[in-house]
Parts: sequence; C-alpha cells; structure tokens
Amino acid sequence: MKPKQTQTAEYGRKKSFRSLFEIWLLQHLQAIIFSLGQLCRNPIASFLTASVIGISLALPAGFFIILENTRLITAGWEGSVEITAFLKMDVDDDAAREFAKKLSGQSDIAKVDLITREQALEEYRQLSGYTHALDALDENPLPSLLLIKPALGEFSEKTAEELLNKLQAVPEIENAQYDQQWVKRLNAIIGIVQRIVLILAVFLGIAVLIIIGNTIRMLIYHRRSEIEVAKLFGATDGFIQRPFLYSGFWYGLFGGVIAWALITISLLLLQAPADSLAQLYTSNFKLIGLTIKEAFLLIFSGILLGLIGSWISVQRHLRAIEPA
Amino acid sequence: MIRFTNVHMQYPGGIDALKNINMHIEQGAMAFVTGRSGAGKSTLLRLIALIERHTRGQIIVNGQNLERVRRNRVALFRRNIGFMFQDHRLLNDRTVFDNVALPLVIAGHDHQEVKKRVQAALDKVGLLSKQKSVPVTLSAGEQQRVGIARAVVHRPALLLADEPTGNLDPALSWEIMCLFEQFNQVGVTILIASHDLEMIKRMRKRIITLREGRTLTHVSDHHGKK
Repeated sequence: MKPKQTQTAEYGRKKSFRSLFEIWLLQHLQAIIFSLGQLCRNPIASFLTASVIGISLALPAGFFIILENTRLITAGWEGSVEITAFLKMDVDDDAAREFAKKLSGQSDIAKVDLITREQALEEYRQLSGYTHALDALDENPLPSLLLIKPALGEFSEKTAEELLNKLQAVPEIENAQYDQQWVKRLNAIIGIVQRIVLILAVFLGIAVLIIIGNTIRMLIYHRRSEIEVAKLFGATDGFIQRPFLYSGFWYGLFGGVIAWALITISLLLLQAPADSLAQLYTSNFKLIGLTIKEAFLLIFSGILLGLIGSWISVQRHLRAIEPA
Repeated sequence: MIRFTNVHMQYPGGIDALKNINMHIEQGAMAFVTGRSGAGKSTLLRLIALIERHTRGQIIVNGQNLERVRRNRVALFRRNIGFMFQDHRLLNDRTVFDNVALPLVIAGHDHQEVKKRVQAALDKVGLLSKQKSVPVTLSAGEQQRVGIARAVVHRPALLLADEPTGNLDPALSWEIMCLFEQFNQVGVTILIASHDLEMIKRMRKRIITLREGRTLTHVSDHHGKK
C-alpha cells in the first residue's frame, strides 16, 4: 500500500517540467482544433453568430472611418484659413510694404500678401462697376489690406486664434478677422459626432459580449453531459473551459474579419461617388479606408471581446455543472 | 485502499443518507455494496469519488484523507479512479474509440499512447472491431462493456461501478461481472454497488449490506468469509 500511496500523491507532479509543458501545448492544440470543429459542424448557425458580431463591430468602425475622412477634408479647409488685417488709413503704401515684410519674417506666419490701397481700389472698380461713383471721390476710401496665412501646427485652431489676438494689438492694424465662428462650430460638431461614435462603440461592444456570452452558454448546456463525464474522469476546470474559450476566440476572430470585409466592401462602393464629388470641387481628396494597423486592431478587438464574453459565460455556467 | 471511520452523510434538508459507517476495503480487493434503493449505495460511492462530501467522520482513499483534498485537487484525485454507471453515460456524438480515450485525453497523453491503450482496453472487453462505431448503434451489453473499457483505460487503482448490470439480463450481467473479476485479478481494487443479490452471492466476494444508511456488519462478514 505504501508505494502506491506516494505514487498517487505525486500523481501529475512527478512529471518533468518539459513534459508538463508539452501536455499543456497538446491540450491547447486539441482545444483549438476541437472548438473550430464544433463551429464547422454548424456552419450556418456559426456564420450567423459571427455575422451579428461582425456587423456590431463594423458599425462603430465605419463611423470612425467617416470621421477620419471628415477630419481629412476639414483639415484641408483649416489650412486655407486666412486672417484679413485692415491697416489704418494713415499707413501709406510704402509703410504697408515695410510692415508686410516685417510680419512675414515671424515664425507663426506662413505668408503675407499685401493689397495696397491702389490695388484695392482698382480691384473694386473692376468688380463692382461703380466706376463713376468712385471717380467722384477725391480720396481713395479703401485701406491697405494684408492677407495673412498663419503657419499652422498640430493644433491649428488655437495657434490661429493666438495669432489673431496678437495682430489685433499691433498699432498699424485697424482690425483683423477671420471666419473663426465657422471653424469653431464645425469642430464642435465633429467633437459631438466623435463622442457619439465612442458611446455607440461601447454599446455595441457590450452587445458583442452578450451575443458571445449567450452563444457559449448554449454551447455549455448543449454539452452538459460531456462536461459531467469529463469532470468525473478528472478533468480540471482549465481543461473543460478551454474549448469554450477558444470558441469565443473563433467567434471574435471571424466576427472581426467579417467586420473588416463589410467595411472594405462599403468603401469600395463609396469610392466612385466620392471621387466624382472630389472632382467637382477640384480637390485631390481620396477616401481613406482602414490602415493595416487599424484592420488588425479591429480584428484584435473582436478576438478580445470574444475571449472576454466566453470567459464571463464560462465562469458563470461551467462551475455550476458538477457530476451527479 | 478505502477506509471509512464513523462516516455520516447528511444531505441539505436534514436527510441522513449514511449513518456511522465503518468499513475497510483492502488494496486489490473486490467488494459489493448492496441494499434496497435508497439505502445509500450510490451515496457511498459518491463520497469515495468526492462527488459529494461527507458531513462527519473520516474517509481515507488510496492513502488520502478526503477532507484534505481541496476543491482544486479533486480533478487530480479522480484520475486514479475509474467510473461505471447503470446508464453507461457514453457520449453519443463520439465514436467508441473517442469515448474510451476521454480519460487519457484528460490526463494529457499523446496520440500514440492514447491509441495503444484504447485499443488494448477495447480488446480486453472484446470490442476492438467496434471502435469506430457510435455508442447508440451498440447493444446494451456492448455499451456497458465500452463503459468498462473507459473506466479502466487509464489504469486506475480503484474502480467504482454503480449498478453496472442494472439494465442487463442475467447472462449479460454475468459476463460483465466476469470482466470485472479479470480486472480485479490484475490488481485493480473494485467496489460495485448492486441490488442483484442473487448474482453477487454467486461471485463469492465480500458483500457490504446497507439498510437505511447503516451497514449490516454481520451479513457482510458472513459473505466475506465464505
């Protein structure tokens, strides 16, 4: 009896580390293949589940792409923001030229165009048609004008505003302005949409968790008797939960791939109309899709949600099954 | 191999399933637990397999005090035990081979080892030719023999069988009992719960009789000495 005792007590412990690792690897491989086999056995049901997950992932990812594209367009617009500075009437053309030169040397200014009083009058004369009325005036009523292009950094809105405030304090300048309100409003709207996408992503993420959790729950109950027998023959919790966790992994992976495919197809469908719109605006705007990194991130988040969903389900339902 | 000392088992709700059980089954023995339905036969086996925990007393199985086997060690403890049931509990979505292989797969044996041992076990119960069949296509006796193969394939020190012949006719029951005896002869300790008193008397092995949760020592001693 004695030698048998120690053998039993040491059961599973006497094996070398290497062979324990090999067992671990083998059992993982078995679980991976087994869970994949289970999915393939019910291809339609598995595909439907993965599709629901895919759509849930594709929605926030799609909105994210729309946002990225919007940002790309508005970034172009912001780049074209110019500050118009009206010089005081007593600054003559030579002084204005001098002043413009001085300004263009500043680091926060990309470019300064000067429209002198003479040029402004000429332009006005041509465009307005009030030739005679202008001739009747004995003095040029128009001030010199500086078109100032701010050197835009990362946070363009802020720098532009700072520059504007600075310019307004300069004594030669009567008034400086740009269409600040418009850019601000647009950015606020983008901010709101961004927040909506975030909230949507959280909700749909929770939805994916619930879908996967429920699918795994049904898998567990479907294989209840098998779990009982396995536990009776000494299966550890790890051994029993492994195939279910891998099922979650597969659902997440396939869901992520389906999401990626849906987005790619949608972008292909949008490419032609977006191109023709861009052409009408003579813009070189190109619709951007997911970068490889983002595509991986999408699929990875699918896998992560799959694992978390199945883990929660396994913790809740697997422990409750004991051999009877 | 199995020692019960003043073991009580009370189910939640105050039902006493076993009262003050004292018994000892030696290493390599083959013994029967008998008694009417509800006498506590199944409970006794369930306590040994740690499916249920006893409420008082001490149980030592294979040198291990069962109270000291923590929840996370139960799985390893059970790997040294083989089980058989009246309702065979084979998995119907798997072949006979895969069913028998289960305890080996759980223990993490590699494929070649699994194949070798499963085929040896199936050969012993005379079902090697059916290894690719699905359990439902087998007869009741064959299913039970697959159950035996599964119970011994991992070479457990102890085999527990709960009414293994409950669904079989006398001839098939006898066949199953002879199989058990063969395994016992190669050193497996076997404890069988059965209410088929006629048959187990013919086996001439030790009989532990339970009545309302207590052992009838005299009866079991009498048969044991025979």
